[in-house]
Amino acid sequence: MLDSIDMSLVDWSRGQFALTAMFHWIFVPLTLGLSFIVAFMHTIYVRTGNEEWKQITKFWMKLFGINFAIGVSTGIILEFEFGTNWSNYSWFVGDIFGAPLAIEGILAFFLESTFVAIMFFGWNKVSKRFHLTATWLTAFGASLSAIWILVANAWMQKPVGTAFNPETARNEMTNFWDILFSDMAVNKFLHTITSSFLLASIFVIGVSAWFLLRKREVLFAKRSTIVASVFGVIAGIATIFTGDTSARIVGREQPMKFAAMEALYDGQTHAPLVAIGALRTDTAGLPMPREDFIFKFEIPNALSYMVFLTPSGFIPGITDLVYGNEEQGIISYEEKIERGAVAIQTLKELKRAKERGDEATYTALRKKFDDPQWLKEYYQHFGYGYYKGRELKELIPNVKMSFYSFHIMVMLGTHFLIFSIIALWLSLKNRWGNHKWLLWVAILTLPMPWIASQTGWLVAEMGRQPWVVYELMPNITAVTRLTPGAVQLTFWIFLATFTVLFIAEIKILATQIKKGPGGK
Amino acid sequence: MFKNVFRFYYEGFRSMTWGRKLWGIILIKLFIMFAILRLFFFPDILQKEFNSDEERSNYVLEQLTNP
Repeated sequence: MLDSIDMSLVDWSRGQFALTAMFHWIFVPLTLGLSFIVAFMHTIYVRTGNEEWKQITKFWMKLFGINFAIGVSTGIILEFEFGTNWSNYSWFVGDIFGAPLAIEGILAFFLESTFVAIMFFGWNKVSKRFHLTATWLTAFGASLSAIWILVANAWMQKPVGTAFNPETARNEMTNFWDILFSDMAVNKFLHTITSSFLLASIFVIGVSAWFLLRKREVLFAKRSTIVASVFGVIAGIATIFTGDTSARIVGREQPMKFAAMEALYDGQTHAPLVAIGALRTDTAGLPMPREDFIFKFEIPNALSYMVFLTPSGFIPGITDLVYGNEEQGIISYEEKIERGAVAIQTLKELKRAKERGDEATYTALRKKFDDPQWLKEYYQHFGYGYYKGRELKELIPNVKMSFYSFHIMVMLGTHFLIFSIIALWLSLKNRWGNHKWLLWVAILTLPMPWIASQTGWLVAEMGRQPWVVYELMPNITAVTRLTPGAVQLTFWIFLATFTVLFIAEIKILATQIKKGPGGK
Repeated sequence: MFKNVFRFYYEGFRSMTWGRKLWGIILIKLFIMFAILRLFFFPDILQKEFNSDEERSNYVLEQLTNP
């Protein structure tokens, strides 16, 4: 069946999902970060009683509201796509996704939406303290709703706390806490929210710089910059720290993604980290295309140290992972494909035994799916079985995309931290705004956190290809057998709708920014 | 109490001078998402095609075991 699968269906379905997720992610990080910045500003207002801080709070709250309103529910489209375009996957993971997403819907969304209303409409209608509490709960509610979808995503990257039920073809939760507190989930959440806080800080600094350049609302702009830069420095340090932890987890759990991020083909101890480099595809005389460096600047030992906290740690390259490395105990993809095929065949025989009422065979085969040794030896490689007879290169993610996305994200993240430190330092000295060129840098930096955030997701999602559920379900199995034309149609509808919404957001935001904190 | 809550929301929305265009966009967006996309383009395939979870399981098992 997979031999006849139209790869353009898989590509269009992936493209459609990526488009929707990336569009959704334009709004989410700003909502997450700006809600906390507004809460800090609101707290200063309540503590000082200074009307200037009330104006500042109201202005940023308004921008938060516009972003929240346009962005809200764009994520629901992803759930539509699960049911339509990824129905096999949706069934396969149903129970795991069901619980976290239901909690998200019931707890966080209602908490968030209730307190958002009090936050916006509560001025002079509820007590100052209750109003402030609502603002803080909105901020925490926003982050709380992000937890669950990130936990679900982390489970796809590292499926833990579950057991596969061969009778229903579904994964069933065996330990909720293992899923919630897996290192992948905890770190994904922390890295995502801290980077979102950083994004919002850069947004506030950038918008404030525009006011300073025009010599408008100077006090408002300077005060906003101080709050944002303090928040930005803390968030920036936390983002780098969680990013480092993330690299360590990926290096151990998803070595192919890690190798692709660094375009590392030949594994080594004392592996250097490529700080900057450019790639060129080399196809001559090789069984699969290989990305060679045109140039690179390396930091010696840093890659090994990043993962194992010692330079002598062995970092497997793409070649080691594909062809195996006996010395390092890495089994080849050919071997994994064979073992995966055994697991698929066992599942097939189990199904047949059930259909013909062969109780003895059924019981014997069913036991295998409860046997830890068999699960480790065969079921762990289940997804590889679908690549029997297919090209090995299908199991390698897009190296160029992973490499560049990773390095762009890291470079921009470093720039944001340094820039936030400069903004904070000059603000504290009351010299922020004296240098026009720095204000221009702030404005030019404003859209960059979105690029960093999107490239971060590209690394996470493109780097784990072809897996939808890591090593268990590849995209070719997960996709619904629709016609590519049907997927293309909805892709273009989404693109048109999203473009209009995006332009509307930018226009409304720009209008409100131009009006300034005193505008209605 | 319900009356107060209603008044709170009602007056809040009424006083949103900057929000009318925004509400228009939100309503159009929700209409496109739920009344057009969901209804005509994004059916839940397994829910639509099969009547029971057993049928759905069998279908997915078939997809998983006949690659």
